[in-house]
Amino acid sequence: MGLLSVAIWLPVLVGVVLFALPKPEQATMVRWLALVGAIAAFVVTIPLATDFEIGTAAMQFSERTLWIERFNVYYHLGVDGISLWFVLLTAFITVIVVIAGWESIEQRVNQYMGAFLILSGLMIGVFSALDGLLFYVFFEATLIPMYIIIGVWGGPRRVYAAFKFFLYTLLGSLLMLVALIYLYYKSGGSFDILAWHKLPLPEFAQTMLFFAFFAAFSVKVPMWPVHTWLPDAHVEAPTGGSVVLAAIMLKLGAYGFLRFSLPIVPDASREWAWFIITLSLIAVVYIGLVALVQQDMKKLVAYSSIAHMGFVTLGFFIFDPLGMAGGIVQMVSHGFVSGAMFLCIGVLYDRVHSREIAAYGGVVNTMPKFAAFAVLFAMANCGLPGTAGFVGEWMVILGSVKFNFWIAAIASTTLIFGAAYTLWMVKRVYFGAVANDHVKALADLNFREFIALGLLAVSVLWMGVYPKPFTDVMDASVAELLRHVADSKLDPSP
Amino acid sequence: MTPINWFVVYPEVLLLVMACIVALVDLWSNDPQRRLTFWLTQATFAAVAALHFRLFDAGDTLYGMQGMVVADPMGHLLAAFSALAMLVTVAYSQAYIASREMLKGEFFTLAMFCLLGISVMVSANNFLVMYVGLELMSLSLYALVALRRDHPVATEAAMKYFVLGALASGFLLYGLSMMYGATGSLDLPEVFKAIQTGRINADVLTLGIVFVVAGLSFKLGVAPFHMWVPDVYHGAPTAVTLMIASAPKLGAFAMTMRLLVEAFTGLAGDWQQMLIVASVASMLLGNVAAIAQTNLKRMLAYSAIAQMGFMLLGLTPTVISANTISAANGYSSAMFYIVTYLITTLGTFGLIMLLARQGFECDEITDLSGLAQRTPWLAGVMATFMFSLAGIPPLVGFYAKFAVLQSIVSTNVPGYIWLAVIAVLLSLVGAFYYLRVVKVMYFDAPVQPPLPQTLAGGAAALMAVNGLATLVLGILPDGLMGMCRDAIIRALAT
Repeated sequence: MGLLSVAIWLPVLVGVVLFALPKPEQATMVRWLALVGAIAAFVVTIPLATDFEIGTAAMQFSERTLWIERFNVYYHLGVDGISLWFVLLTAFITVIVVIAGWESIEQRVNQYMGAFLILSGLMIGVFSALDGLLFYVFFEATLIPMYIIIGVWGGPRRVYAAFKFFLYTLLGSLLMLVALIYLYYKSGGSFDILAWHKLPLPEFAQTMLFFAFFAAFSVKVPMWPVHTWLPDAHVEAPTGGSVVLAAIMLKLGAYGFLRFSLPIVPDASREWAWFIITLSLIAVVYIGLVALVQQDMKKLVAYSSIAHMGFVTLGFFIFDPLGMAGGIVQMVSHGFVSGAMFLCIGVLYDRVHSREIAAYGGVVNTMPKFAAFAVLFAMANCGLPGTAGFVGEWMVILGSVKFNFWIAAIASTTLIFGAAYTLWMVKRVYFGAVANDHVKALADLNFREFIALGLLAVSVLWMGVYPKPFTDVMDASVAELLRHVADSKLDPSP
Repeated sequence: MTPINWFVVYPEVLLLVMACIVALVDLWSNDPQRRLTFWLTQATFAAVAALHFRLFDAGDTLYGMQGMVVADPMGHLLAAFSALAMLVTVAYSQAYIASREMLKGEFFTLAMFCLLGISVMVSANNFLVMYVGLELMSLSLYALVALRRDHPVATEAAMKYFVLGALASGFLLYGLSMMYGATGSLDLPEVFKAIQTGRINADVLTLGIVFVVAGLSFKLGVAPFHMWVPDVYHGAPTAVTLMIASAPKLGAFAMTMRLLVEAFTGLAGDWQQMLIVASVASMLLGNVAAIAQTNLKRMLAYSAIAQMGFMLLGLTPTVISANTISAANGYSSAMFYIVTYLITTLGTFGLIMLLARQGFECDEITDLSGLAQRTPWLAGVMATFMFSLAGIPPLVGFYAKFAVLQSIVSTNVPGYIWLAVIAVLLSLVGAFYYLRVVKVMYFDAPVQPPLPQTLAGGAAALMAVNGLATLVLGILPDGLMGMCRDAIIRALAT
């Protein structure tokens, strides 16, 4: 059994055990078991990074076994420079989520922790699957635990949000299923993604496939105008759910663009790049403005996530090494930063039970340690140099200047809007005089919260100050992908 | 052809003998629990299933009774699954019928005759034999629906079922008589040959096939001949609903295969179009109407219509491309679909019976409220069934939908690819009401006051196995897929 299999199935196994516990009332034992499982699952992913061979675009840690003979489906796993960091990010964030839900979840603790661990394994599966059907199975299966998480432990409108989340994403992925089946047929009965990369396809088929993939991945990213499920899901989900949604689930969509749309239908991708770029710019500008007027902190961060993900898709579709690497770096950094932002909101919500910005004010006076973290993450969210948020945005803007000055100009307004909505929120929530008795009564971070935020803060700073390890890993894969996309693979025969 | 070959039908002979013995034994039995009758019946079902599985493994195609019956792998496989379905049905039903004054010898005898009818249908090679089998099955079921004769709803359902069922049988018989008139033979292979000559009056054949398809559609319960399904599913005692909803579907499928595929291959152009219309209409009507239901049994009835519509898609594409590989692909997908659908159907109705008790049917969706807190494992099993019916991986329902979709996309006819898109969009509509059941179980508060939970041990264990089967077949679907494929390939080769 390979390392990737362990990384996928270990958390799933622990999750199943948690679900099946005979005495789920013993919450303390459940929490510790979940934490040990999550940490173990993270530890097994570390060798993936340390033993990763830099400078090659080939798939590493590959595993390949026949799974469904009838349809020639393989259990085929592997990571390259693009997917590696997401495997680690997923396992890392799961540890944070378990810590974050330690005390705030009191009901059905075993199911809560179990759902997150299973979800973690499934998402690692998405990032490492190299077989089309296997990818789809993992991609779709993630919906089930997330649906339960939002619906059971969510806020007042959780049922609505859970349904919207599930049906929206299902719609996109069902169209992708038809596309995958079409590719299976076209490639002569193979679900091998790497073989699909080399498969010549006529122009019309490429266009149809492009939009089928677009349907699946744009909903997941989410891109404007199919983003509306995200604010609902974020607001209603429990803190852990929001963290996983923002930090990892959104990346499933962006990752899909890299693994499917660009290499499988390169001609259509180039043809329709303007379309993606336009939607991305709308996300950056319009959603940035929408974020500015939010009253609810979670909604604000949700809209900010959409704007940031717009940057990611922009970086991918300008076909520039800097832009694409920037997009991937932005995905990783956004995983840390948005996760941390939601965690901060969770810290406040656990104490005051409100997410309204107006319910706070002057938090820094009562929670100085917490405010320090919150301001750091806010700065990272606006892309301050020295934090993780800066690196990706900077690379994407540099890349897009080469592509088209005006696109770069519009994209860089994100630095203004991002700073505007984030800092304004920080000002209203953290600074100023103590606003009310609730804020006065606030207790500063406890050890558990300190650890969770501290781990994220270290990651954010490390990535901001020294991003080289991150970019080194992905360079070869990005270059190879771009070289591949540049070649036409239109079917020579009519 | 050997004149009379009892060997060919010996599982049926065993069944017939045992049905008579059970009827007699029951007369002498004083046990109010009818344990002896129950166990004799179950042993017979198990023996019949085992025999058919053995014969399926042997893989021979034998003809008997002057070629009026055929014993081929497809027939054996369908008969074996029917016997298993009956076994599970009776096992789930026992406690239910005991608390509703239906625990009589008739229940068991009629169930055995119903299975005998199905067995005859699946191995019929002659119009009349098929019709006799169909009527044997139908008459047993009419009587079973009316078994609770003092119950007005059940009686009404029985009446409706009988009148409409007789009408449909009439349709079928009329169509078959026209075919007989045109081709001059009742034997399926002779009819096939006569039609292949091309010298038969096409008008008569077309008129005949319309009636045949109408009769089959009724028995399968697809639109526009679906009207009986919701009323009968709803009105009949749940034990009988399950009996109607499970094994007879396999019989109807076998009849469809024997008539349309084996005898009327030459008219494929006609019946395929009808099946496409029926399929799309069923998916549309079933999925949309199911949303409006508050009664669980009624909702499952509409879901059955939609699911059968999806299954029919697997029968539509194949003959156009005029080669048996794609034909085998489509038919075996449809067969896989219907077998896996049966597994989930057994589970869902079985669960309703498991939760029902004296004076409480548990057939409203809201009756399941908060099941996840009352009996977590049972809620988990039900959620598994619901996600499977919705076609979410990694559950078996997904592979069923996948198999059917790939069979129609692989025809590479643009119209069929759009058909696949329509099918997935309609199954998205379907996902909504399956999710609602999960919502009621997991997100809603338990019913007040909480109902006493006394689960019958044997049935509960069977339910756990049933749920696990949905999951395990989802992770390892290859075996069952291969069996269906073998059966169909052999059936087409002869």
